[in-house]
Amino acid sequence: MFAELFFQYLVAGLTYGAIYAIVAIGFNIIYNTTGIINFAQGEFVMLGGMTAVTLHERLRLPLPAAIAGAVLVTIGVGALIEVTFIRWLEKPSVLRMIVITIGVSILVREAALLLWGQDVRTLPYFTGDEVSSLSLLGARISPQVLWTLGTCAVAVAFLSAFFKFTMLGREMRACASNRDAAALCGLPTRNLVTLSFVLSAGIGALAGCVVCPITYTQYNVGTGLAIKGFTVAILGGLGDSVASIAAGLILGVVESFSVWVLPTAYKDAISISILLAILFLRPSGLFGAKGSR
Amino acid sequence: MKSGSARYLQVSVFAAATVAVQLTAQVSGKAYFLTQLTMTAYATLVVVGLSLLMGYAGQISLGHAGFFALGGYTAAALTTWDLGPRRGQAIVAALARLHVLVLRPDPYGADVLTVHPWAAFACAVALTAAVAFVIGIPVLKLTGHYLAMATLGIGTILYSVALGTPSLGAADGISGVPPFQLVPGLQIGGSPSIRVQNYYLAWALVALSMLLLLNLIHSRVGRALRAIHAAEDAASAMGIDTARFKLRTFVLSAVLAAVAGVFSTHFNGGIGPSEASIMKSVKYLAIVAVGGMGSLWGSLTASAVLNFLSLRGYFGSFDDAVFGGILILVMLFSPDGILELDLRAALRSLLRKPRPTGES
Amino acid sequence: MTALLEVSGVSKRFGGLQAVKAVSFRVEKGTIKAVIGPNGAGKTTLFNIVSGFLAPDAGTIAFRGEPVQGSPPHRVSARGLARTFQHIKLFARMSALENVMVGRHVRSRAGFVAGMLHLPFTWSEEREVRARSLDLLDFLGIASLADAEATSLSYGQQRAVELARALASEPEMLLLDEPAAGLNMRETADLAQLIRRIRERGVTVLIVEHDMSLVMSISDEVIVLSYGEKIADGDPRSVQRDADVIRVYLGEEDA
Repeated sequence: MFAELFFQYLVAGLTYGAIYAIVAIGFNIIYNTTGIINFAQGEFVMLGGMTAVTLHERLRLPLPAAIAGAVLVTIGVGALIEVTFIRWLEKPSVLRMIVITIGVSILVREAALLLWGQDVRTLPYFTGDEVSSLSLLGARISPQVLWTLGTCAVAVAFLSAFFKFTMLGREMRACASNRDAAALCGLPTRNLVTLSFVLSAGIGALAGCVVCPITYTQYNVGTGLAIKGFTVAILGGLGDSVASIAAGLILGVVESFSVWVLPTAYKDAISISILLAILFLRPSGLFGAKGSR
Repeated sequence: MKSGSARYLQVSVFAAATVAVQLTAQVSGKAYFLTQLTMTAYATLVVVGLSLLMGYAGQISLGHAGFFALGGYTAAALTTWDLGPRRGQAIVAALARLHVLVLRPDPYGADVLTVHPWAAFACAVALTAAVAFVIGIPVLKLTGHYLAMATLGIGTILYSVALGTPSLGAADGISGVPPFQLVPGLQIGGSPSIRVQNYYLAWALVALSMLLLLNLIHSRVGRALRAIHAAEDAASAMGIDTARFKLRTFVLSAVLAAVAGVFSTHFNGGIGPSEASIMKSVKYLAIVAVGGMGSLWGSLTASAVLNFLSLRGYFGSFDDAVFGGILILVMLFSPDGILELDLRAALRSLLRKPRPTGES
Repeated sequence: MTALLEVSGVSKRFGGLQAVKAVSFRVEKGTIKAVIGPNGAGKTTLFNIVSGFLAPDAGTIAFRGEPVQGSPPHRVSARGLARTFQHIKLFARMSALENVMVGRHVRSRAGFVAGMLHLPFTWSEEREVRARSLDLLDFLGIASLADAEATSLSYGQQRAVELARALASEPEMLLLDEPAAGLNMRETADLAQLIRRIRERGVTVLIVEHDMSLVMSISDEVIVLSYGEKIADGDPRSVQRDADVIRVYLGEEDA
């Protein structure tokens, strides 16, 4: 009985942790290319889920098409945000950018409120339903959990391959490493920045869709995700996406098990306390080597 | 001294303006505006403190609403929790002997033993100062987005605590907070009969704070703060203990927010967790940005206008979106505030072909 | 007799680079001592260590007989050791006068409460700070620029403001970090004269400089650094003739 409960908490933690990791990876992609912390990252996840629900329920698109559509729409929004607010600023300060992206996240959230109201929405389970479960190692888990972890793993694998093997990926890494030098080499740095937003929006939306049946979605889930995603990014060392995966899973599990010692109402405070602890004690993250500022 | 008299003149003009506004409202039959105007005053108190912190000490705070709530909730809790059942306990007896407790009827007519508002006020201020001091030490060592996220985190923790703690009323907050009798004859409370009095008390508090802050800015400390903001290394070489000055400014701005929270809570008769929310902090930030960080009068004006419109429901359900939009617009075009806006330069940068830029 | 400043065995490394290696020297009260050496010799690092911006890995720094190594810059300054910076760091959006008034921070005491309440003692204190600061601007010949925004002034004028600001704390010792950088010959000669007048006021001067004419004309003693080590220490004439120094500046004679 205890083991089963333990396992449930663990699985829940890993599931949420995977989503936090995806948000953190989105942060890192944009941060690496531009040095900007994009506070609207969480909204991409929200938009993915909400758009997919609309496409599936309103326009009656089959689930895979709805998800694909949602990802495309969110990518469009991401690109639009970059072009409208980020692109034409000349060497803005770090602070100015984070404040701007906070403003953007508010606008996106309010637009979502306008479009979809305060209703909680959900997508149908990809396979089976709420009560179906698979037997794994003697315990029962929902197939949607596997979908979530699987999708996140695929997304990470895709990104790794992209950055390592494709020309475009290498160009983005060059841009991240030294933007001026990249520009001097003739790389289209401005478009690469847009691409970073596109990628972040895309994986965020995908994650939003796949976890939607489990966590449901609502117009205002973005902010909390942004904070937790940022916590994970810092925990792993800002800019390090591989570390983000580990950090995300760790945070998800810690948060999940925290309900054993603290009232659930304080669950959000857990991740923030971790964030503060990291910022105060070791800003370069658990796995980060050099001091990052 | 020249700048000294300019200060008093400014504050006098401001005082005259508040009188003019009140008389206008009276005469035009819109006396009910005074309620929102009073609440605007308390919000303005938070804003000017934040303006000092951001403009002079150069420290961003995305969690300042948390301090407002800390002050307000402390006062609310202490003046509404009934200590009657615990009369026997030593600490309650000690408080009673210090004449810190009052026996008063609650909204339902029963007698409750609560803390005297003045004592609650002192506790609220002391607690907020202590919290700001303790978290300020590590937080102010951070810079840039780390500092922003840390202050955001602090505010969110305070929000979560307010929202999740049953004895603080959880989502409903605390209500039934009694009026605050400052001295016989002057009372902070929401009753319509003392509306005019409350309006003037609130704006008098703002005027007094403005005077104190203006004095500070024109003093040795103000110079030191501006120096820190301009070139921290050089300031340090001049013998300025930058960490200590930043911390004290942080605590000062937190205390101002807490004082606003206390009085506002007594005026409204209660407080809820939304007062500590991120959105509230963002609103304060947006207003400071519009008014110009470090321009106290600019921030005051922006606050008076924007908060009043917001409280009157002018922005309707788009309230959050409006402040989010304001924040973006100001940050994009005129980070130094709307009074520093160089419209032509902003348009020029918008229309100019963007060229590849370096790291931001 | 203890010197005003005693640097003993100070070392500092940054990762793989040994910037300063076991440097020791003394500066006697009332003298002008120069630190010279090729670029990268560790001069500015040494300055940053003495003024408290860096802590040495090893060694001690004694000012007026008391150790100051590892003290933060504001404490070092409060002890009576003021400095200027290689790249001028005036406070933007403040006037020249206000910049100098900040320099007087350690000689005044009005704090937060006194400032907010505008307590009576602050009235005379502010007057005094203002008057002294104006005097210093006058001493440097730029009293007319008092109300100009500091960063709008010409380079030479900014240097003068910076000097006034450093003098405002009435230091016992002044560290000048390449004060002649960017000055033309006439301005450099004026600077030399100025530094001599500063010494006459009783301020001991330690100066890092590249400009040899300035160094040779005003210094009582010169030390030479190369790759973080002290290779010469003495009066200007003998240092100039020192074989090691010549080699370091001019390179080995090709065989």
